[in-house]
Amino acid sequence: MSAHAAPEHGEYTGEIAKPNTAWIWKTFWILVIITAAEFAIAFSMTSPGLRTMRNAIFIVMTILKAFFIVGEFMHLKHEVKSLIWTILVPTALLVWLVVALVTEGSYVGEVLSHMFSS
Amino acid sequence: MAHSTTLQPNAASATYADAPRTGTWDGGNEPFKASYGKLMMWFFLLSDAFTFGAFLTAYGLIRHKHGVFTGEAKDFFFSTAHWPIPEKVFNAFPGLHGVDLPLAFVAFMTMILIFSSVTMVLAVEAGHRMDKADVQKWLLWTILFGSIFISSQAWEWTHFINGTEAGTRMADGTVMHGANLAVNQYGPPLFADLFFFITGFHGTHVFSGICLLVWCFIATTNGTFEKRGHYEMIEKIGLYWHFVDLVWVFVFTFFYLV
Repeated sequence: MSAHAAPEHGEYTGEIAKPNTAWIWKTFWILVIITAAEFAIAFSMTSPGLRTMRNAIFIVMTILKAFFIVGEFMHLKHEVKSLIWTILVPTALLVWLVVALVTEGSYVGEVLSHMFSS
Repeated sequence: MAHSTTLQPNAASATYADAPRTGTWDGGNEPFKASYGKLMMWFFLLSDAFTFGAFLTAYGLIRHKHGVFTGEAKDFFFSTAHWPIPEKVFNAFPGLHGVDLPLAFVAFMTMILIFSSVTMVLAVEAGHRMDKADVQKWLLWTILFGSIFISSQAWEWTHFINGTEAGTRMADGTVMHGANLAVNQYGPPLFADLFFFITGFHGTHVFSGICLLVWCFIATTNGTFEKRGHYEMIEKIGLYWHFVDLVWVFVFTFFYLV
């Protein structure tokens, strides 16, 4: 904590720097634009045939938003590499778990419908 | 073991037990160049991600186990035979009774939460500059947006539980309005269960976040962080708050959009 200029105890008397907020608002507008695009797609791609395509776009956009929130707002992009990997590798395994169990869900549904309807 | 590091206090001295241990293997260095508190917050958030990951995994499995409505969206009707289309369930807005506004209210809630994330990161930025007044200002904005979000969620729950006037005729001939954990008008019972558990768990996180922020505001006002010489606590609470926003991004996609 030696990097901080303030005295150990008592009121802070040093000069207060000017706010540096341009990057925050930039990230904000990126998030707003992605969210707006998600709504536009939700109401324009309504045909059942396009469902898989639409959901794929939603997932890509969600991961993009997550990248900006975690990378910029949570500052992970600017941490050391080992910390970045410590957080990302376990979450990547989570993604695999979701994919595996969604596939399993479709199979369970299929088996149950055959079991009771035929 | 020989005490080779110069920073290690002499074991024989009387102050040994009191002196902070600063040797490399005594906790004196910072792995990942992050402080202990920040690192532990990251690890907590990772474990919390597993919790929400488990929820969303269960949601994915259960949703794919149930049938999908294969027709056009405009012909959609509520039935336990297929999973509901979210925009047909979440189409109400406070004060606009009977108007079909698909996902409008959830869009509002999403914007509020993104705003709260921005004001939170502005508070952290103000903390870096030791600007007490700015920290207070942005913390108050964050508390306000967080409170608006959680109030909106309370309204959404009320509407979901009370249901529509028309309701849905169930298999036994009775008309069901709204939802509870055993039966609901929108679709399979598990649809409502997952709604209650996932958004409820997220709302609980938002509520805890607001409590932490209120405490942060009081501590900032009392000058606790100023005396400490840094506003790292705001950063740690900020990490938690952004994580809650992050979870909402995923809940929003998988519960409301897909």
